[in-house]
Amino acid sequence: MSTTLAKSDATVDYAARLEHVSKSFSGPGGQQLVLDDISIDVAPGEFVTLLGASGCGKSTLLNLVAGLDRPTAGAITTDGRPALMFQEHALFPWLTAGKNIELALKLRQVPKPERRGKAEELLELVRLKGAYDKRVHELSGGMRQRVAMARALAQESSLLLMDEPFAALDAITRDVLHDELTRIWQETGLSVLFVTHNVREAVRLAQRVILLSSRPGRVAREWTVDIPQPRRIEDAPVAELSLDITEVLRGEIRRHGQH
Amino acid sequence: MASTDTTQSVRSDAGSVEAGLDALESGVVGRTPLRQTLTGKILPPVVAIAVILAVWTLLYPVVDNPTKLPSPAAVGDAFKTAWLRGDLLGYIWTSVSRGLLGFAFAVLIGTPLGLLVARVKFVRAAIGPILSGLQSLPSVAWVPPAVIWLGLNNSMMYAVILLGAVPSIANGLVAGVDQVPPLFLRAGRTLGATGVRGIRYVTLPAALPGYVAGLKQGWAFSWRSLMAAEIIANYPDLGVGLGQLLENARTAADMAMVFEAILLILFVGIAIDLLIFSPLERRVLRNRGLLVKS
Repeated sequence: MSTTLAKSDATVDYAARLEHVSKSFSGPGGQQLVLDDISIDVAPGEFVTLLGASGCGKSTLLNLVAGLDRPTAGAITTDGRPALMFQEHALFPWLTAGKNIELALKLRQVPKPERRGKAEELLELVRLKGAYDKRVHELSGGMRQRVAMARALAQESSLLLMDEPFAALDAITRDVLHDELTRIWQETGLSVLFVTHNVREAVRLAQRVILLSSRPGRVAREWTVDIPQPRRIEDAPVAELSLDITEVLRGEIRRHGQH
Repeated sequence: MASTDTTQSVRSDAGSVEAGLDALESGVVGRTPLRQTLTGKILPPVVAIAVILAVWTLLYPVVDNPTKLPSPAAVGDAFKTAWLRGDLLGYIWTSVSRGLLGFAFAVLIGTPLGLLVARVKFVRAAIGPILSGLQSLPSVAWVPPAVIWLGLNNSMMYAVILLGAVPSIANGLVAGVDQVPPLFLRAGRTLGATGVRGIRYVTLPAALPGYVAGLKQGWAFSWRSLMAAEIIANYPDLGVGLGQLLENARTAADMAMVFEAILLILFVGIAIDLLIFSPLERRVLRNRGLLVKS
């Protein structure tokens, strides 16, 4: 079975369920297995990070969950169409910041008179009040990602997928955006599936960290993060857990050099 | 929650750091001062024209043959006479109205054609190469067959304009669509812009810079094609446009009038570009932050 079902029953106890998901691409050397038998449940309101080195198929997995691609085997169930944020802001440069958000609302059939107000609200949520009329190129990298976040939130999906959204930002901006994301997650009760290769980022943000092995991507290990929010990336417990996870991640990577 | 106090302090801290970062990283964009516009944009072409006039004035006595090189004053007189007779604007309007109407038709045909070539693989494989090849075919080549098919009339001139401009417009749109970053399409799809809505809200606006470049070139081709057609389709009932003016001047061996006609053709071409297409292009590029200030 290889179907992506949209579930309508809101009482189910997960925001996304991946059951035995595999994905292969046809490459030069025949079929290449990228994801192998992955099963993950994301609970409503849960923050999960997917961690892995290059070649673990993190982005492929997010594409599957987002419905941009279909799994070769297994099933993915989500509550409606998830929102997706990319490493690049992917804002449309022909629209202002506000109009980018309004386009998301318009595509959801939100009536015109309500759009402006909602867009302003969302901009205020990401602390960009007054940026409505700004062009994308007039905003800094951090501001662009916050507008992208507001646009993703405009989809009012219960699940937010994030594909290394802060990887291209400088350290200070990334820190601030971690605080923002935590705040917004707590305020909105969203479920978040966050992909990264940055161990500390994973630990800083998540309730649960899932480590994927590489080539093919499999669930290697899973950690529950009990450190209370707000956390900082420099906090001792964050650093400690990061060290443990990094050790396991290094072991995973090392296996690939032993041929 | 037990840690409300710390949550609050982290919150306001993040907010103020963020506000500081936003202020630091947003550039200040000012307007170019008038003086700089004058010395940078207006002065150079004025100097160029003055130099050309000076060379012309010096050359005139050297050539010493008004049937080959008229004096600047004689050409000025030709303009003046046409103006005083009230014909000058008529010549211009005859050609410009034909050119713009033909161009409008070319847009109506070239746009869907370009979209078809860009989006349908079979159509692209079938006529894509022909369409780009047609761009290098001088549009004068279409005048003889158009005269045979349609006769010496206005339809023939519109046909020549279409054959000249449609490939440019269609190709511009194809290039524009090809250059749309795949990321925009993916982002659009996750927002729900699929199928026709994807074309309407993502592909077309993203392809606009290429399309506008195609329109600009399409106008240049329209204008050239029209002049070629007017020179050949010189028939009094069709009205006197700039091409006919040039041809009439040649048959009358009136070199001052030939210069007048050529200068008018040049000026109208430049004026339409400066008044319509360049501002349109600049606007599209500036909105996207693609216009680099030099």
